[in-house]
Amino acid sequence: MSLTIATGTTPQQNWLERLGAGHIILAVALVLYPLVASDFFLTQIGGYSLVFGMLGLSLMLLAGYGGMVSLAQITVAGIAAYAIAILGNNNSNILGFGWPWWLAVPFAVLAAALASALIGWISVRTEGIYTIMITLAIATATYYFAQQNYAIFNGHSGYAGIRAPAFWGISWRDPRPFYYLCLGLAVLSYAAVLYGSRSTFGMTLQAIRDNPRRMRALGYHVTAHKVFAWALAGVIAGLAGVLLVWFNGRVSPGTIGVDAAIDVLIIAVIGGLRHPIGPFLGAVVVVLMQTFAIDIVGAERFNTLIGMVFLVIVFVSPDGILGLWGRIKPHLAQESLRPGP
Amino acid sequence: MRMHRRTLLALAVFTGLTAPSMALAADDTIKIGLLATFEGPFTVLGEDSERGAMTAVAEMNGTVAGKKIEIVKGSSDASPDSAVRAARKLVEQDGVKVLVGPLSGDEGLAVKDYAKTQPNVTFINGTSAAQDTTLRDPAENFFRFSTDGAQWMAGLGTYAFKDKGYKKVATVAEDYSFPYTQVFGFMAEFCKAGGHVPSKSWVPIGNKDFSSVIAAIPEDVDAIYVALGGADAVNFLTQYQQGGGSAPLIGGSITVDQTVLTSKGKLRDVLKGTPSAGPTADTNDAPAWKTFVEAYKKQPGAFPSPSLFAHGYYVDMKATLLGLDQVGGDVSDGGKKLRDALSKLSFDTPTGKVSLDKNRNAIADIFLTEVTEGADGNLMNKLVKVVPQVNQTLGIPEDEFMKLGAVNRDNPSCP
Repeated sequence: MSLTIATGTTPQQNWLERLGAGHIILAVALVLYPLVASDFFLTQIGGYSLVFGMLGLSLMLLAGYGGMVSLAQITVAGIAAYAIAILGNNNSNILGFGWPWWLAVPFAVLAAALASALIGWISVRTEGIYTIMITLAIATATYYFAQQNYAIFNGHSGYAGIRAPAFWGISWRDPRPFYYLCLGLAVLSYAAVLYGSRSTFGMTLQAIRDNPRRMRALGYHVTAHKVFAWALAGVIAGLAGVLLVWFNGRVSPGTIGVDAAIDVLIIAVIGGLRHPIGPFLGAVVVVLMQTFAIDIVGAERFNTLIGMVFLVIVFVSPDGILGLWGRIKPHLAQESLRPGP
Repeated sequence: MRMHRRTLLALAVFTGLTAPSMALAADDTIKIGLLATFEGPFTVLGEDSERGAMTAVAEMNGTVAGKKIEIVKGSSDASPDSAVRAARKLVEQDGVKVLVGPLSGDEGLAVKDYAKTQPNVTFINGTSAAQDTTLRDPAENFFRFSTDGAQWMAGLGTYAFKDKGYKKVATVAEDYSFPYTQVFGFMAEFCKAGGHVPSKSWVPIGNKDFSSVIAAIPEDVDAIYVALGGADAVNFLTQYQQGGGSAPLIGGSITVDQTVLTSKGKLRDVLKGTPSAGPTADTNDAPAWKTFVEAYKKQPGAFPSPSLFAHGYYVDMKATLLGLDQVGGDVSDGGKKLRDALSKLSFDTPTGKVSLDKNRNAIADIFLTEVTEGADGNLMNKLVKVVPQVNQTLGIPEDEFMKLGAVNRDNPSCP
């Protein structure tokens, strides 16, 4: 949005200016966060938000730039998570090829990207609500398949005893290293999406979103562009899936259930789909709510409170938290309401 | 750029808000985590388990060793991931040193694995009843004063074969570790007595449409063994009855529990006369049980008779409080004293004496029951027989029992 406009129109900036003050402040805050946060806030809130933010980001990439709302992003992440469990080590006595992490991770992410591309290839011929339906169907089918398949997915129990790797003398599941690992990958994904949105491919994708018929008439291969966007979203979701399985130490069908799929959609919608920072904002709000709502209203009604908060956010601002900011600053609102460049 | 500077400043403030708020327990209170399924398909069971746990707390007048008991609740949806996440929050954020829970089988297996990473926290089971939570690869700091699902079946297989005369039984059960354990416990006796189980159906938790399962049940079976819980049991039994099914039922422990028996409709007729076994019996005449039922009924929203979840959480919470009482509420040594006390603990519950074996799994009485209609019109589990002091290996020598192998969908088998 305006950030991209600002940098796009004034090319004679040095790199610090190009980065923007906001990004620098945010980066410093996030890097220094471990100094003030307890282990719980580092991993359960910080790390978990970053992981779900990445999942939301992969959805934002598809929905925001490609106009394709997917409910299957958690499925794609789940494929990477299961791949790590199957290719690496687990203690469920099923499969577990014992590959080292540097071999298992690329394969897992590749598998996720391919799966995502396949889902995209199946669903690109549909639009709007039909894309949502198809991806929901795929997510549900995968969930039940994982639940009932024992040869590959080990049924309801799934895989346990999956360990994050230790290298360079660091155990990467320890709170601080894990947080920085999540932060590193999240920043990488965020920067990639931000950069990608201004690249030729990103521009083309947005043009396709706005008018596929015209783009087709101009000679662009609309399907190929969309499927490639799905593959890129799959890489981000796959990385999130790897982090998720290292974080939990286990993966089971519950990880990729419809609830989780809807969580990702909520994160993206609550945060806002107009800028890649949106899903991360949404993830922080959703994770905080899901963790602490039970302390506010007790065990019986805490899901109602979570629902109410989400409802209020969407009611006050259909553009999510990002849009909310625009509304609070009316003189800037018009600018923020303009879609991306 | 101004907007962005402010956006992100706000963001920084927002992140600052999430900074640690480590709750420090005052010296005169003791925090106990309570982990149960307050969401998902087992919500009703989770709510009743809370009543059971709170009955134990109320019995101690809310204090132990002169310290006030503070219960911190955590909610899961019966999936192992959510249970571990909730346990992590209770332990790492709320700082509980003693945690009671979880409720469901696979949750127990997952929390046991988590317990190994938190050696200074003492975990006491809720009602999770998968066998391998304590039998194979147990955690030093995980205690189960409620028995496991195979123990709960003690006496049922023999009763079904000899007294009821069922020779061929089909099983329908949920597809996870607890029902595997229950089917194992039933078949261990039933197959040994000479019975056959030609068909085993495993359905996912939260299944709504059972028509394909019902169609797959062989015509010539004498009875159907059903080990489903909560809404799943109600859905299956309703659809089976509507589909014209007429084979008699044998119930798993949670199938004919109060959470199912209190449901309305024609289902009630199907359930009457169903034999089952479990850690509780509604018509138990023992004074200790009657006292417990009265105490339980003081909890808000209580059932006519406590479900086995209320009972299990009661027993485990009671054991926890007795253990804490013995050590004067002192867990400052990383809970070592408390764990020693718990290992040696032997006490009288509403359902008889409970003590632990070397794997910290309970040895307790099991009740063989049959569903009947009480004088007030409520369905109840009538006590048929008490099987005294059942241990985890069901009375079979341990090395022989271990040779039977880990429970799963295919083990045991006697088609």
